[in-house]
Amino acid sequence: MANLTINGKTVDIDVEADMPLLWAIRENVGLTGTKYGCGIAQCGACTVHIDGVATRSCGVLVSDAVGKQITTIEGLATNGVLHKVQQAWINNDVPQCGYCQSGMIMAVVALLKDNPKPTDQDIDDTITNICRCGTFQQVREAIHAAANV
Amino acid sequence: MNHMPRMNRRAFVIGTAAIGSGLVLGLDIPFGGPSVVRAADGAPEVNAWVVIQPDDTVVIRIARSEMGQGSLTGLAQLVAEELECDWSKVTTEFPSPAQNVARKRVWGDFSTGGSRGIRTSQDYVRKGGAAARVMLIEAAANEWKVPASECTAANSVITHTPSGKTTTFGRVAEAAAKLTPPADVKLKDPKDWKLAGKGLKRLDTPDKVVGKTVFGIDVKLPGMLNAAIKDCPVTGGKLKSYDEAKIAGMKGVKKVVKVGDTAVAVVADTFWHAKTALDALPIVWDEGENAKVSSASIAKWLSEGLEGGPAYVGNSNGDVNTALAGAAKRVEAVYNYPYQNHATMEPMNATAFYTPEKCEVWCGTQNGEAALAAVLEASELPADKCDVHKLMLGGGFGRRGQTDYVRQAVLIARQMPGTPIKLLWTREEDMTHGRYHPVTQCKMTAGFDADNNLTALHMRISGQSIQFALRPEGLINGMDPSTFQGLAPKGDATFGYSVPNLLIDHSMRNPHIIPGFWRGVNVNHNALYVECFMDEMAHAVNQDPLEFRRKLMKDHPKNLAVLEAVAEKIGWGKSAPQGVYRGLAQYMGFGSYVAAAAEISVTDGSKIKVHRIVAATDPGYAVNPAQIERQVAGSFVYGLTGLFYGGCTVKDGAIEQTNFDTYNSMRINEMPKVEAIVMPSGGFWGGVGEPTICVAAPAVLNAYFAATGKRIRSVPLRDQNITFA
Repeated sequence: MANLTINGKTVDIDVEADMPLLWAIRENVGLTGTKYGCGIAQCGACTVHIDGVATRSCGVLVSDAVGKQITTIEGLATNGVLHKVQQAWINNDVPQCGYCQSGMIMAVVALLKDNPKPTDQDIDDTITNICRCGTFQQVREAIHAAANV
Repeated sequence: MNHMPRMNRRAFVIGTAAIGSGLVLGLDIPFGGPSVVRAADGAPEVNAWVVIQPDDTVVIRIARSEMGQGSLTGLAQLVAEELECDWSKVTTEFPSPAQNVARKRVWGDFSTGGSRGIRTSQDYVRKGGAAARVMLIEAAANEWKVPASECTAANSVITHTPSGKTTTFGRVAEAAAKLTPPADVKLKDPKDWKLAGKGLKRLDTPDKVVGKTVFGIDVKLPGMLNAAIKDCPVTGGKLKSYDEAKIAGMKGVKKVVKVGDTAVAVVADTFWHAKTALDALPIVWDEGENAKVSSASIAKWLSEGLEGGPAYVGNSNGDVNTALAGAAKRVEAVYNYPYQNHATMEPMNATAFYTPEKCEVWCGTQNGEAALAAVLEASELPADKCDVHKLMLGGGFGRRGQTDYVRQAVLIARQMPGTPIKLLWTREEDMTHGRYHPVTQCKMTAGFDADNNLTALHMRISGQSIQFALRPEGLINGMDPSTFQGLAPKGDATFGYSVPNLLIDHSMRNPHIIPGFWRGVNVNHNALYVECFMDEMAHAVNQDPLEFRRKLMKDHPKNLAVLEAVAEKIGWGKSAPQGVYRGLAQYMGFGSYVAAAAEISVTDGSKIKVHRIVAATDPGYAVNPAQIERQVAGSFVYGLTGLFYGGCTVKDGAIEQTNFDTYNSMRINEMPKVEAIVMPSGGFWGGVGEPTICVAAPAVLNAYFAATGKRIRSVPLRDQNITFA
């Protein structure tokens, strides 16, 4: 059993402590916005926030997430109002297939929290998620747009 | 070594028979009619493409799959343009393949590949929208007892011009659905478009930014179990045995099943449990003859095809051999292009529910009807008892046009009737069981006269045919015409140069690794060979690469127009910033004309910074220029990832790369600024999802030569220790 706090709600799930957080979120909690892409913390599709830090959930054990605040893409909007990054994603029409975008958005939200006006270099140094459709040009534009909101 | 894969001829035959012959489209199709067809919520179909709900919501049916390329939005724009509906009230839905079969293929072709989504259905979807508009207007006119010719429609409102009376589509949809469809409709001239031709925002974005979009991997069904699978690592090999006792009692495991002759799957309560148990399951493979094959043995076999021997001729004029023999100067070069995995972000998956009475599958597929055919074959049930529910695709790139994963899911579900089974591949399974970009080599030989005019060009390709493996019915007397994509004398991917003596031929050699349609397909390597060698030839005779090409392009004005557009915008012929070097490439593929100009700098001869790309596309008509720009920018991520990182190597018959740590993909820090020029010249319909990929690599490689004086003729750069700076 594990007791996790996800998007402000506490859930008890019957899982092994050594299972990756990603699968607990997707299969046991049922929040499927967080995606499986590689399982080895390379692609970033599974990025969530753990105590506000962008973290690749496929590389974190459930036991290490207990007692921490976990935020997924489903928990980003507050009271039905989209986060400014989500809104910038809509305004700039960023996603193509969209599969990597939950993780991309979570990574960008964390970046802007730490660095409200990132330079292109800051973006290059921080955002390392893979997008096979190749939305990077719109991702960059939308990050700057969100930073200027 | 020629490998005839297990598949799909039977599936194809079943599929075609089930679906019926003769794709009748246009106005012969039953656009509604006296007996009203209703959508699931009871709203009337005005015709197969358009459902209008009483609150004026317009549901536009989209037959093609959406995998990020944006044609869902583009197709809706085309229907809405002719329908004259309020764009803010438009939603979309995918009809199912079985519905298409049952209704005599009223929605036409579901297959979504070859950048055909818009270009081969634009005519009938626009007619669908136009016919619905005519019927809605007629219904309103009947109600008002006025001539329909006095009424117009705009923004989902119908107006009787003389009286000023108005009504909405929602109010007359029920009556419209009962009318006889018009015998003919006139389509708008694209210059009068108001919605089409505009860079409207995608319809599928809002769900994608909140994690709500349901991809195949996200399907949840009551009582569903999850499966993980391992297929023989060597194609052509078989599953010999596995020791189920070793995983007995592992948490959540429900069943271990054989899948066909080659694979084993563990079914468990969760995917994590299934995968964990599968990793612990001892499996013995019978890898067979193909285990002797390596990248080196494939390369040697292909290199033997570069000279002499029998070869299929794809394009020829004049007498190349005589002209080369008499040439004052010869230039030669040998290139090669590797296997590459599609690496869709969402690994292959499908959810199947089987009982002896029916079989349903939920999945992302680029070809709903082929997926349905795979369900029929694997379930051995008739078409009226099967269906496929199409979901959004987490990337396709050609990989999801194949149905191997659908077949596997059904074969597993058949062994647990009544229980829905979601099969998900690990990234490792996905990387090692792809349908890879085909492997080829190419020898280019050019002859020049004493005045440095190009008199002869022989292009010999040696290597793999996709059609041979996946669509043998597409071969013509053994030849695969698609190997000459971008090299052909006619069609939607023609050779953009005129050479007095020309021979382009193909020595077909098919290793056991199964090839596939990898976004851009055969133009990727063909463009690299042609466009890098154009640059080589130009330098060999001390001519500017643009001027050299221009002399060969007098009869190819559309190719030349895009090339000149990028040359002008990049500043070709003018000085570049300090340390920055330029390269050019142009090509035609998928009905469109594309060109790229690259600006790069090189450090230590081995670290490349791609600063800027200018890319031009002439797709004939631009349905959504903003989405075209995005496809073009994304094409440089796909194409340059292929150039820098994209190589799948073969050892002991199996693919060596297993995940993104060994098969890397470009990140944002490696992304150049892409300036897209969308320049539709009208009069034809080309695709945009694929053609630009092929000019990415040669433009950068030609710039690399300008920077270093060194030619690179082998992909990927990873294997030559050349990296992004």
